[in-house]
Amino acid sequence: MAHSNEEILAGLAEIVNEETGLATDAVQSDKSFTDDLDIDSLSMMTIVTLAEEKFEVRIPDEEVKNLTTVGDAVSFIAQAQA
Amino acid sequence: MTDQPNVVVTGLGTTNPLGGDVESTWAGALAGRSGVRTLEQDWVTQYELPVTFAGQLAVPAGDVLARQEMRRMDPSAQFAIIAARQAWSDAGAPDLPGERIGAVIASGIGGVTTLVDAWDTIRDKGARRVLPLTVPMLMPNSPAAYVSIEVGAKAGSHTPVSACASGAEAIGYALEMIRTGRADVVVAGGTEAATHPLPIASFAKMQALSTRNDDPAGASRPYDVNRDGFVLGEGAAVLVLEREEHAIARGATIYARVCGAGMTADAYSVAPPDPSGAGQSRALQLALEDAAITAADLVHVNAHATSTPAGDGVEAAAIRAALGDDADHVAVSATKSMTGHLLGGAGALESLFTILAVRDHKAPPTINVSDPEPGLPIDLVRDTPRELPPGQIAAVNNAFGFGGHNVALVITSA
Repeated sequence: MAHSNEEILAGLAEIVNEETGLATDAVQSDKSFTDDLDIDSLSMMTIVTLAEEKFEVRIPDEEVKNLTTVGDAVSFIAQAQA
Repeated sequence: MTDQPNVVVTGLGTTNPLGGDVESTWAGALAGRSGVRTLEQDWVTQYELPVTFAGQLAVPAGDVLARQEMRRMDPSAQFAIIAARQAWSDAGAPDLPGERIGAVIASGIGGVTTLVDAWDTIRDKGARRVLPLTVPMLMPNSPAAYVSIEVGAKAGSHTPVSACASGAEAIGYALEMIRTGRADVVVAGGTEAATHPLPIASFAKMQALSTRNDDPAGASRPYDVNRDGFVLGEGAAVLVLEREEHAIARGATIYARVCGAGMTADAYSVAPPDPSGAGQSRALQLALEDAAITAADLVHVNAHATSTPAGDGVEAAAIRAALGDDADHVAVSATKSMTGHLLGGAGALESLFTILAVRDHKAPPTINVSDPEPGLPIDLVRDTPRELPPGQIAAVNNAFGFGGHNVALVITSA
């Protein structure tokens, strides 16, 4: 069952909130994980692992470095589940 | 060694089955309350555990820590950080360079919950589902690492792992750090979070645990004829130890002095103690020598006394052997009767009890001893606290562990 981009964004925001305590509305498509949301590489790997489970997709480890913004992650997950 | 600095205790913290802080814990102990209760987790019936009770935290860690802290720390680190924050704050958050601060936080088993739960994940869902913080959460030095970060301890961060002697060994190690000039202030203690089906199943299989499922509060009965094993407990206790001159210079409140440590090994078995008690007795003698006091000066012992059929008798004989006739004027308390056995946290919590005993001149009671072992060669404090002599007094905390580790610490009033 494919998720819409809005559902993916909302789901990612929940994961980021759970992991970092950031408010869900701070997690916007144009935000950079590192520069805006202050998420370190270990937290990023945790978020990716939780996102794989939530959206039933595979996000290869070598792909994670390309996911600079929240929008990059939403796009990748949307394509991966297609 | 006459030029060794004196070491004092300037901060205390704990979370354990009797209370979520020091004063509620001490009030519970003096009242002879039990912190042991029936376990309500689903896994008790799921795995058909033969033991269905334990001493769980009186105040759950989630009531104290932020959600993100709970997610990133194994329960063993959660408990340690709760106790360390209390102790550091109680000590007045000493302001000194991190290079002069040490952290020594012991654990007996480490992050068993994280380890075993992560195994369930890899088995059921594959390697990709294993979270990246799994190793930093399961490693036994994780509580020490978190505490060192919390207080900025840069003189060194250490983790003695000596089973049920670990928490006391941590305090002995901290004493050495200050005596040898490595640090002026050391945050030291022990933690354990083994309320998990695997350790319970294993300890039960060893026949080390009480199976008094119908009477959890009455299950830990040190020195009682009908004792049938120890009761698992969880929690942490942390002390702030400090070079006496440093504490005086900053006007800190001093609870007690840590004057000596004796550490020996049985070299006998990985589980039961040497039945001769020689290693335990020697640890106690070495601690007295290190503190430059004699058995005649001693008024109180907080015994390791887990309530196992084999262990308690060996310790009683070892105390008698070390103290001789002076054992007649030493009040012995077995506080595991109330808290259960905190494994790697036990030696730290019981040192905390020993410190409060010399502060208040009160030996806490041993509960559940309705039928004491005949011919017990020690003077056990039963049912209600006992007044200790006025003036300067000295006490000992005993802690022993699987593997033959024996630690005795001498603590005197300030």
